[in-house]
Amino acid sequence: MSALGGVVRSGVGRRRVQTVVIGLVVMIAVSAAVLGGSLMVASRAPFDRAFAQQRGAHLTAQFDATKTTVAQLSASMHATGVTAAAGPFPTASITPAAARNRATQSITVVGRADPGGPVDAVTPNEGRWVAGLGEIVLHTDSRLPKSLQPKVGDVLRLPDLAGSPTLTVVGVARSVSETAGGWVTPEQITALTAPAPGGGYQILYRFAKSATTAQVDAGRAAVEADVPAGALTGARSWLTTRTNSAGNTVLLVPFLIAFGVLGVLMAILIIGNVITGAVSTGTHRIGILKALGFTPGQVVRAYMVQALIPAATGAALGVVLGNVLILPILAQTNEVYGTADSGVAPSVNIAVLAGALLLVALTAWAAASRAGRLRTVDVLAVGRTPSPGRGQWAARLAARLPLPRPVTLGLAHPFARTLRSATIIAAIAFGAAAATFAVGLGTSLTKVQASENNADVVVQPGRPVNGPPPEGGPRGTSGPPQAPDPVAVAKAITAQAGTSGYSGIAETQVTAAGLPDALDILALSGDNSSHGYEMIAGSWFGQPNEIVVAKPFLTATQTEVGDTIVLVSNGTQLTVRIVGEVFNIQSRGMEILTAAATLTPAEPELRAMTYDITLKPGTDPVAYVEALDTALASAGATARIAEDEASELLLVINTLTTLLTLMLITVAALGVLNMVVLETRERVHDLGVHKALGMTPRQTIAMVIASVVVTGLIGGAIGAPVGVMLQRVIVGEMGRVTGFDLPASVINIYHPAELVLFGLGGLLIAVLGALLPAGWAARTRTATALRTE
Amino acid sequence: MTVPLIELTAVSRRYDEGPPALDDVSLRISAGEAVAILGPSGSGKSTLLNLVAGLDRPSSGTVTVDGVRVDELGEARSARYRRAKVGLVFQFFNLLDDLTVADNVMLPAQLAGMARGAAQRRAAELLDALGIGRHATAYPGRLSGGERQRVAVARALMNRPALLLADEPTGALDTASGEEVQQLLNDLHADGQTIVLVTHDLALARSCATRTVQLVDGRVAADTAAEPVR
Ligand SMILES: Nc1ncnc2c1ncn2[C@@H]1O[C@H](COP(=O)(O)OP(=O)(O)OP(=O)(O)O)[C@@H](O)[C@H]1O
Ligand SMILES: [Mg+2]
Repeated sequence: MSALGGVVRSGVGRRRVQTVVIGLVVMIAVSAAVLGGSLMVASRAPFDRAFAQQRGAHLTAQFDATKTTVAQLSASMHATGVTAAAGPFPTASITPAAARNRATQSITVVGRADPGGPVDAVTPNEGRWVAGLGEIVLHTDSRLPKSLQPKVGDVLRLPDLAGSPTLTVVGVARSVSETAGGWVTPEQITALTAPAPGGGYQILYRFAKSATTAQVDAGRAAVEADVPAGALTGARSWLTTRTNSAGNTVLLVPFLIAFGVLGVLMAILIIGNVITGAVSTGTHRIGILKALGFTPGQVVRAYMVQALIPAATGAALGVVLGNVLILPILAQTNEVYGTADSGVAPSVNIAVLAGALLLVALTAWAAASRAGRLRTVDVLAVGRTPSPGRGQWAARLAARLPLPRPVTLGLAHPFARTLRSATIIAAIAFGAAAATFAVGLGTSLTKVQASENNADVVVQPGRPVNGPPPEGGPRGTSGPPQAPDPVAVAKAITAQAGTSGYSGIAETQVTAAGLPDALDILALSGDNSSHGYEMIAGSWFGQPNEIVVAKPFLTATQTEVGDTIVLVSNGTQLTVRIVGEVFNIQSRGMEILTAAATLTPAEPELRAMTYDITLKPGTDPVAYVEALDTALASAGATARIAEDEASELLLVINTLTTLLTLMLITVAALGVLNMVVLETRERVHDLGVHKALGMTPRQTIAMVIASVVVTGLIGGAIGAPVGVMLQRVIVGEMGRVTGFDLPASVINIYHPAELVLFGLGGLLIAVLGALLPAGWAARTRTATALRTE
Repeated sequence: MTVPLIELTAVSRRYDEGPPALDDVSLRISAGEAVAILGPSGSGKSTLLNLVAGLDRPSSGTVTVDGVRVDELGEARSARYRRAKVGLVFQFFNLLDDLTVADNVMLPAQLAGMARGAAQRRAAELLDALGIGRHATAYPGRLSGGERQRVAVARALMNRPALLLADEPTGALDTASGEEVQQLLNDLHADGQTIVLVTHDLALARSCATRTVQLVDGRVAADTAAEPVR
């Protein structure tokens, strides 16, 4: 065995490039797999995991304080089937005034001295928990755009309470069970409800059985039995919250699977390539070893160990790297999902590590066992010269090309070793596909994001007052300011040079037959024809009582474009016709768009609250906003530049795609590097002859680079279309999962010219990988090379 | 005597270990001479040839060929120097197995930038002249040793070098093939080609060379040229 050890040691030492390449490839593949695996774990049933992590409330119950006693409530916390309960927490309803253009909505605040506890252990995302009077922690939903989320330091004014008290936002927190809009200290609740004491109480229950609606209802009945009739005023099942939460969180999964599969396939290819390469250049050595009395088994073992030493090192480093890289990404997924994942699950680390080493061992075994089986005589006879004859046609063909001879010499090289070239083509194709896919996916998602931003400039109601603008407050917590005078605003906008078009937006809610929840509806006025929305089918509304909606609305109402549907607004029935399907992800695709006139019979007072303005090309938005803002002063409105909201999810996906693409490209380039090193080593004697005949270093570099051109071009030509296909499949899958029809602008994002560029990306990978060994080849001492007889 | 084509002045070549491969060798070779370098194995013959060809650099001393300081050339310049001035013939032919005979012969000209057509014509001429024209499209692997060495000579002559360097050109050949190559070199010399030839083969040296230089342990032990070396 010590003889074997010696062979292994000298093998690892001699094949330094292969050793490094195996180590690096395994390292990158492993860290990519750790990333992908952790994200798949993080993305799997995020609601359930977040719910479990917070010990969420299966039932959130609201009691009328005047109809029950604390003692009775406490008894209900030990009702049959209740495994844990928290409360009773005093509650109050507040209606803060703030500057968000959302419908007036009061929020429920809960008096809780402590965010933890046996049920609903709330995770504070930012800031701290409430410590005293005048403080509030707001509930946040990170799926909302940043500007709609509450910010620490915001001040909520409560004008409808005596003395107009204020609450300062000291933190934002996420309750997966959505038990409250905000939390204050119990004393604060007393203060808030002071004039009319006895608001209500909240109790959070966990049940032994809670998987079905019937089970939750049974638990609810048990609780209700312990309190006087009518004391339980409201209760929400976790199953409802869970249904509502299923949304864009599943987006990541198909995308991660695609990248994971790409990474693993590529690692197998490259490692197989490196090891077969090591075996083929080592054939002569294997022959000598066998002549010296090594058994085939020993030869195979020697080569497997030679591969496993760097692979194990690389895998260990890769696990470390993956565990480090995942941290900032998990921080983002935690925000998106409301989970509290702190690192890679040990099971992922172990599975990836074991899987990688097993793969390497298998690949190495497959490659080496061939060499082990070769008959010693044959091996020694074959020696080191690659059998001539193969690829001669290519050499003859290339020689005819009107290109410098070093280039035509190099062009023919890959045809001498077709199998090796094919694996490298595959690796380059993977790299090119990854790059194409990544850029495409990023573009598609950015387009989706951009579909939310229909304006260059927005006009909002109200003028800035002294001190910080009263921003903040979660969605729906703010009382709306006065709608600006529509005539004055329209006049100011149309009079402003640079205006291309505008639309006034009034937002309210309606109900639709068959749908339990109220729906957001935008009543649009102004002169922008489709207001920046992307049509999928049908047409934009042209007259009152026509609406356009997104796919989820059609699905939910079981309607199609062309159908009529009855909406109820303020008790008035409106029969409207669905004339078009748009791509609109607002309100999870349930938002209705219509002309302002549609709603006039039901809500004659409805006024546009904000205005979206598109600018003529070349208009300076800053100057435009300044001028318009001045003009709007008397109309009671403010103009500002529309901000592009980058969602957290988009950030996660973009970070990941960039990271994974870079990894795949590196792996592909390493594969090329290894191949060129092998080729150079095999051709070192020929290289010496070339140089003796007068080949300059530059000509040598040209020859070596040319030797990867064909491989690179073919790889790119295969990879780019594969990348496009992947992008279509994955983006399509994301659309399917979220229930949207995606517009062409989101799906067809590649220009033909770009595709050519991505195809050439394969060439770039190949050249990158060949540069280093080309330099080495150019520096080979001629006399030394010629001595390698 | 006219300006020598090759001039080595106090040339030494030392490797990291062992005694120097060449030790203070000075040598002048004129155009038109055919010089045979003789000596036991390991005496530094190939080293000397490599220095003249610019494939290797001396540790000290100067090597001048046709007015060019070969010892001072960088990689690129020495490649161009070889292309322009030197034809090399090796013991084991060093033909490129994946190129046809014609492509092998054309290569030096093409590296120098000659168009394919022109190179083809010149190669055909040479191959005919050396009596192996019928093998032009064959691959070297199919030829006999003697034929291969002829191809190698044709390739060496492709760029009409001022200097033909041959390291044991008959070393790998049987007697008959060796004699063919010997005849070929004789003819070339008769046409005025300067030849420096390393060989063990005294018959070859006697028949081809106008002068013999004997190396022993990296030093010139004997030089049949009349004039003293300086
Ligand atoms: N790259 C090298 N590194 C170390 N020593 C070398 C190297 N090349 C040559 N030598 C040594 O230099 C000496 C001269 O070698 P050279 O090849 O010139 O001999 P030679 O006369 O051509 O021998 P032969 O007749 O066997 O071809 C030898 O001792 C050899 O071992
Ligand atoms: Mg020698």
